[in-house]
Amino acid sequence: MNALELIDLHKRFGRTEIIRGANLAVKKGERVAIIGPNGAGKSTLFNLISGRFGPSSGQILLNGQPIQNKTPFEINRLGLARSFQVSNLFPKLSVFENLRCGVLWSLGYGYTFMRFLSGLKDANEKTEALLQELHLSHKRDVLAANLTYAEQRALEVGITIAGGAEVILLDEPTAGMSVTETSHFIDLIRSVTEGKTLLTVEHDMGVVFGLADKIAVLVYGEVLAFDTPDKVRANARVQEAYLGSVVADQQAQHATTHAGAH
Amino acid sequence: MPSSSLNRGRGLAVWLVFAALLFVLPLVLTSSLSLTLLSQVGYLIIVCLSYNMLLGQGGMLSFGQAVYTGLGSFMAVHAMNMAAQGGWPIPLVLIPLVGGLAGMGFAVLFGYVSTKKSGNTFAMITLGLGELVASMALMLPEFFGGEGGVSTNRVYGQPFFGFNFGPQIQVYYLIAVYCFICTALMYAFTQTPLGRLLNAVRDNAERVEFIGYNSQRIRYTAFIIAGFFAGVGGGLAAINFEIVTALDSISSVRSGGYLLFTFLGGAGSFFGPMIGAVLLVLSSVLLSGITKAWLLYLGLLFMLMVMYAPGGIAYLLQVNIKVMKLGRWWPLFPVYLFLALGSAIALLGFSILVEMIYHIQLDSALGPEMPFMGTVLNVDQAATWVGSVLILLIGIALLALGKRFFVKRWNLIQEQIQADGGMAA
Repeated sequence: MNALELIDLHKRFGRTEIIRGANLAVKKGERVAIIGPNGAGKSTLFNLISGRFGPSSGQILLNGQPIQNKTPFEINRLGLARSFQVSNLFPKLSVFENLRCGVLWSLGYGYTFMRFLSGLKDANEKTEALLQELHLSHKRDVLAANLTYAEQRALEVGITIAGGAEVILLDEPTAGMSVTETSHFIDLIRSVTEGKTLLTVEHDMGVVFGLADKIAVLVYGEVLAFDTPDKVRANARVQEAYLGSVVADQQAQHATTHAGAH
Repeated sequence: MPSSSLNRGRGLAVWLVFAALLFVLPLVLTSSLSLTLLSQVGYLIIVCLSYNMLLGQGGMLSFGQAVYTGLGSFMAVHAMNMAAQGGWPIPLVLIPLVGGLAGMGFAVLFGYVSTKKSGNTFAMITLGLGELVASMALMLPEFFGGEGGVSTNRVYGQPFFGFNFGPQIQVYYLIAVYCFICTALMYAFTQTPLGRLLNAVRDNAERVEFIGYNSQRIRYTAFIIAGFFAGVGGGLAAINFEIVTALDSISSVRSGGYLLFTFLGGAGSFFGPMIGAVLLVLSSVLLSGITKAWLLYLGLLFMLMVMYAPGGIAYLLQVNIKVMKLGRWWPLFPVYLFLALGSAIALLGFSILVEMIYHIQLDSALGPEMPFMGTVLNVDQAATWVGSVLILLIGIALLALGKRFFVKRWNLIQEQIQADGGMAA
C-alpha cells in the first residue's frame, strides 16, 4: 500500500496557481527527495500535506485515508510529522523539554495535568534516547535559543521524529550548513529515519543522489518525473527543464569558490 | 540520581520555609495594620500567580483578569448572604471555592471566545470582555449592588473547630491556608504535561500543532484553570473586606494592576508574581497613605522596569544569586551602593518637585508651606525649585555614571565566569 498519495492536487493563492495537478504515490519505507527550481511549489506541497493549508482541490491520502481536510494536529496523530525550513523550535525551553513535548502525545499523555512530568518514565527514557541519537546529550539543559545553527537543525529534526511518526517530511534539513556539517547530518537523518517513509526537499544534488531511493521532480506545480535517481538523471525532459541548469549552476559556484580559495 | 534528590530536598525546604513564614509572620508583626497588609498579600499572591499562568507561562497578555476575581468575589458574597439567611448551608471555609467555581465558570464562557486567538487579538478580546462585564455591573444593580456594592457578614453559621472568623487574625489564617494550597497546586501545574505544553504554546504555538496538540485547547484549558484560582482569590477578598463593589473589583484599572505587579515581580519565574503581590499591597496601602502622587511614582517605576529590567525583580534576584554562587558577586557590591545613592538622590529631587506641584494643585489653600520628610518647604521660593531640580540632575548624573561602571564590571565578571568554564548569567 502507498504510505502517501497525492491525487490531482491543486492549490491557488488568489489567482496564482502554485500547485497544478500534482500526482505522486510514495510506497511505505521509501525515501523520496523532492527537487525543483525555486518557486516550483516544494514548500507549498509540504504545507498542503501537513495540513498547514487546505488544497483548492484534489486528494491527499495517508495510508489510504484522505487527510486533505484535516488540521495539522489531526494529521500528526495519524502518523505524519514534518520539519520546517526555518528552525521552528520552542526557544525558551531546554533541548530536553523541546524533545519531550514532541514525545508526549504519542505516548498517550494528551492534555493531562493530573500527573507530574518527572513521573512519566517512558516519556523521559524516550527523550533521553532521542538526545543520544541526535548527539545532543551534552546540550540537554541548554535553551533551544542558545544552540548553534547546526544543533538547532538537529533539534528541528528531533522534534519531528520524536512522536514516532511513520511518514516524515523534512523541508530543506541541511539548508545553510557547511559541507562537513551536511555530510554528518545526512548520516544522522538516515539513521533516525531508518525504516520510515521519508520525503525531503533538498537543493544539494550530492545529498539528493546519496540519500534518496527515488526522486520527484517538481516543476511549476506538477510532478514532471518520479523515479530512481539514475533514471531521473537520464531523463531528457528533466535535463531540459531543470537538472542541466542546476548542474551548470553548481559547477559555476564550484568554480568561483575554488577561484576564491586560490 | 543524587542531584535530583538534592534538588527535591531543597524544593521541600523552600515550601517548608514558605509555610513557616505564613504561620509566623502575624505572630511577629502584630499590629492591626500589618495584619491587614498580610491578609491582602495572601489572596493577591493567589491572584497574581493565577494571572501569571496566562502571562508568563502561556504568553497570553490578558487585560481582564479582574473579571474572574471580581465575579468570584460577587458570587462568594451572595453565597455568604444566602448561607447566613439559611439558604445554602455552605460553611465559610468553603466560600473561596464558591468564588473559584464562579471564576472557572465564567472562564469557561468567556475563555471560549478569547482563547480562540492568541497574541494581540487575544489581548483585545480580553480588554473588550472586561469593559463589557464592568458595564454590565452597572446595568444589573440587583446582583452587583450598584455603586454601593454588596456587603455581607462573614460571621454566620456554626463555628469551624471553634473559629467563627470574626477576628482578623482568624481570617488571615484562612487566607494563609488557601494561599499555601493554591500556590502549591499552581506550582504543581507547571510540572505537568499540560503545564509544559502551555510553555510550548507561549514559545511557538504553530509548532505545537505539528506535534499532535491543538494549541487553542491548551490555551483554553489553562485559561479555565487560571479563572478558578483567580476566583478563589476573589472569594477570599470578599471574606476579608465583607463588601464587594463593582467599581473596585471588576474594573479594568484592577485588571491593569494585576498585570503591572505581576510584571514588576517577574513574569518569567514562578515566584516572581508573589513578589509582585507584596509590592501591590505595600504600594496601594502604604505608599498611598504617604503621598497623593503614588500612582505617578508607580507608573515611573513600571516604565523604568520595562526599559531596564523587563524580567522583573525575580529576574534581577536570580541573576545576582547566580553570580553570587559562582563567587563573583562582591565586586558588584560597591557599584550597587553607588547606584542606590544615585537613585536616592534622583528620587529625592524628583519627589520634591512632584510633591510641590501636587501641593500647588491640591492644597494651595493651606498656604505656601509644605511639610516634606520632617522639614518644611516653601513652594513660593524660587530657591526650592532650583534646588530640587539641581538635586534631581545630580542624581541622574550619578546614575548615568553608575550605569557605565555597572556595564563595565558586569561584562568583566561575565568574561571571568566564562574563563572559569561556567555559563554566563
